[in-house]
Amino acid sequence: MVSFLFKRLLQSIVVMATVAFIAFSMFKFVGDPINNMVGQDTSQQERDELREKLGLNDPFLVQFGRFSLNAATGNFGYSYKFQVPVSEMIFERMPATLELAFVSAIIALAFGIPLGVYTALRREGFISKMIMSLSLVGVSLPTFLIGILLILLFGVVLRWLPTFGRGEVVEIGAWTTGFLTTSGLKSLILPSITLALFQLTLIMRLVRSEMLEVLRTDFVKFARARGLPNRSVHFKHALKNTLVPVITITGLQLGSLIAFAIITESVFQWPGMGLMFVQAIADVDIPIMAAYLMLIAFFFVIINMIVDILYYAVDPRLRASDGS
Amino acid sequence: MDLLNINGLEIEFPSRHGTVKAVKGVSLTVQPGEVLGVVGESGAGKSTIGNAVIGLLEAPGRVSGGEIFLNGEQINNLSDEGIRKIRGRRIGMIFQDPLTSLDPLQTIEQQLVETIELHLKLGAAKSFERAVDLLRQVGIPDPENRIKHYPHQFSGGMRQRVVIALALCAEPEVIIADEPTTALDVSIQAQILELMRRLCKDKQVGMLIITHDMGVIAEITDRVAVMYRGDLVEEGTTAKILGDPDHPYTKSLISAVPRPDVRLHRFPMVDYIEKEEDRKKTMDISTHWLGQARDFDAVEGPLVSVENLVMKFVAKEALLKRNRKFFTAVDGISFDIKQGEVFGLVGESGSGKSTVARMICGLYTPASGAVNFGDTDLTKIKSEKEMDYYRRQMQMIFQDPFSSLNGRMKVMDIVAEPIRFHKLASSNAEVESIVLDLLEHVGLGRQAALRFPHEFSGGQRQRISIARALATRPRFLICDEPTSALDVSIQAQILNLLKDLQEELGLTMLFISHDLPVIRQMCDRVGVMRAGKLEEVSETEALFTNPTATYTQELLALMPRLDTLSHEGLEVEGA
Repeated sequence: MVSFLFKRLLQSIVVMATVAFIAFSMFKFVGDPINNMVGQDTSQQERDELREKLGLNDPFLVQFGRFSLNAATGNFGYSYKFQVPVSEMIFERMPATLELAFVSAIIALAFGIPLGVYTALRREGFISKMIMSLSLVGVSLPTFLIGILLILLFGVVLRWLPTFGRGEVVEIGAWTTGFLTTSGLKSLILPSITLALFQLTLIMRLVRSEMLEVLRTDFVKFARARGLPNRSVHFKHALKNTLVPVITITGLQLGSLIAFAIITESVFQWPGMGLMFVQAIADVDIPIMAAYLMLIAFFFVIINMIVDILYYAVDPRLRASDGS
Repeated sequence: MDLLNINGLEIEFPSRHGTVKAVKGVSLTVQPGEVLGVVGESGAGKSTIGNAVIGLLEAPGRVSGGEIFLNGEQINNLSDEGIRKIRGRRIGMIFQDPLTSLDPLQTIEQQLVETIELHLKLGAAKSFERAVDLLRQVGIPDPENRIKHYPHQFSGGMRQRVVIALALCAEPEVIIADEPTTALDVSIQAQILELMRRLCKDKQVGMLIITHDMGVIAEITDRVAVMYRGDLVEEGTTAKILGDPDHPYTKSLISAVPRPDVRLHRFPMVDYIEKEEDRKKTMDISTHWLGQARDFDAVEGPLVSVENLVMKFVAKEALLKRNRKFFTAVDGISFDIKQGEVFGLVGESGSGKSTVARMICGLYTPASGAVNFGDTDLTKIKSEKEMDYYRRQMQMIFQDPFSSLNGRMKVMDIVAEPIRFHKLASSNAEVESIVLDLLEHVGLGRQAALRFPHEFSGGQRQRISIARALATRPRFLICDEPTSALDVSIQAQILNLLKDLQEELGLTMLFISHDLPVIRQMCDRVGVMRAGKLEEVSETEALFTNPTATYTQELLALMPRLDTLSHEGLEVEGA
């Protein structure tokens, strides 16, 4: 277990270094940073001085090393456009994205797993078939369309829910939260549903097919033959055995919830990292793009580590085997 | 009053293509302390009866007629809830595969205590005590500690003991055991059967044992019911059925069981089942395609010889190479296989016999040692091209006919693949005619070529595997348990086919099996393996009549005794 984790840690470092390299090459190849920083009327001499001051004349490896070290300590330099530290900007925006992703994940799991179990147990039922057909919509409709439809229905026609922004937020230290105010919670509903819908259907279909598989196994049949009631057979024995693949997919999906909240954030003008990233692309604000890239990679690496550890918790066969 | 009384039971499976009657009017009774065997081949409906008794028929199957009584109380018309209360409480069930019968994510304790609590409501402490006591009764050493373990920490035999303990949780009146020892080694099988028999007598439980194995029947049952395609063809005391069967099906079924005592030239066929329709074409090797281009390098002495073969698997991964723990599966094995000889390897599961086969044909790379094919050491060959030359000369037939054929390829392509790969035919038309011919020779017929593997039964698929193996015109065939997944009658056909082909083509064969009677019928010489080592190599007849190694003697002693089986009047038909 320890050696396994150590190996995983080494792999993670390799992954992060690779992503750092890609992020760093953006500075080199996507436009000239000096041009992006200074105005039209800056003289060539001033430009050269700035170039020297920023270390842009140093050899490639030195620059990369400097970038990686800075990145490791959370320093990504200054935004070209806003001239404030990127880390500050990201940290300011992070709570919005994380809260949105968190609520979406909860929605996806809270509805996805029970619906998956239900449709597996009542495979031939009318309601199950309805749910399965509807889930196709969830998988196939693009996120922005769902978002716009929800805005149209609940925001414009019914006027129940706000259509953009985070509502009122409360500051707790450096963290801003929308969980503590009514308007904050109301604002969360539409974007989180939009973001969750795809994951929900995915988890539901996954749980369903895994459940169907497990329900056919001998140990489920043997559990029934011992007279165990359905409740125990389904939830104590069958559902737990579906968890390993579900954890894998859920972990990866949680990563993409954070990473691909971009579209949802754009539709709902949600002041999160995704929206910031989209704006940074428009402005060719490379430090922000690089930092975002690194951060998302970091999230994925961390989530994958947690998933691997969860395997050990769920499946005793992976733990070091003793006995005969 | 009978403990279990099945009266005129009819079970049908409605399907789109009409209704299949799986069980047709079967009546059986079981008394307390009695073991009733239900024997038959796959598709006989024997498992269906067991499932019907505990109300777990798989959809869309249903009981369409007859009654089932437990101690005089009718149980086949109970509600779902009513029959659930009987399952486990009054009727215990034991399934075939102990490796998959237990929930892998729960400890033995959790599974035992849950079942005991459910039926007996003893309270946590008493339930735990009872669970430990049950484990002790089924012969699990150190039950106080072992109860904390997960299923994967037990061996197959130990797991089956746990399964039996689970079936005994609530002191049921009847136990239904569906192929309880089929997945186990002979030595473990003997122990488990002994345990079941003892429990049955001590607790005066009625037991219904469902099996295809005449050895199990001979060992444990008091009475036997023989089933064939849903019909009960014969019923009587074990001695009567095995020693003096009346029904022709029973006779032919018994005759197909490979005999441990005498070597016959051919296996007697169960002619009651298979009419002579699939008699294969015989071939004249001098003119046939399979006989051509057999211009392999002439070999002096043994065709295949292995020297000090060692195989290690990583048992425990570690970051540093020197910290890795290895499991030695094959530990310094040497033997020769002469040209035209059938060499047998016999041993229990885990003895390393399949690993040896895989090393010989290059699927595994040995840790050390040499595999000589003729004069060439195959382990020294580096180039793929050179290796292909030898790969063509040796082919392998695997145990499981269901997973060893690509389900997305038609039989034509499956058999043609090696011919095309080794460029053994000049045109596509020639490839196809060769394939069709091969299919006829293995007794499948030409029309098989256009179908997919899933359309065939286990025995037919094994014939496809054989055709595929022959397609490279090999001179050395490795058969790894080629019939252990098949019914006895099918086994007899496949083994006869292999024997015929071996004689016609002068093939050299390595034949691997755990089944001693089969080895006796098939092999010229035998090596006995145990825990990665060869215990003994000798001529087959000498091994069976006069074994030298103690382990071989033990194995022979554990062979199910079929002395009671009647062979009179059958040898003539079979020989």
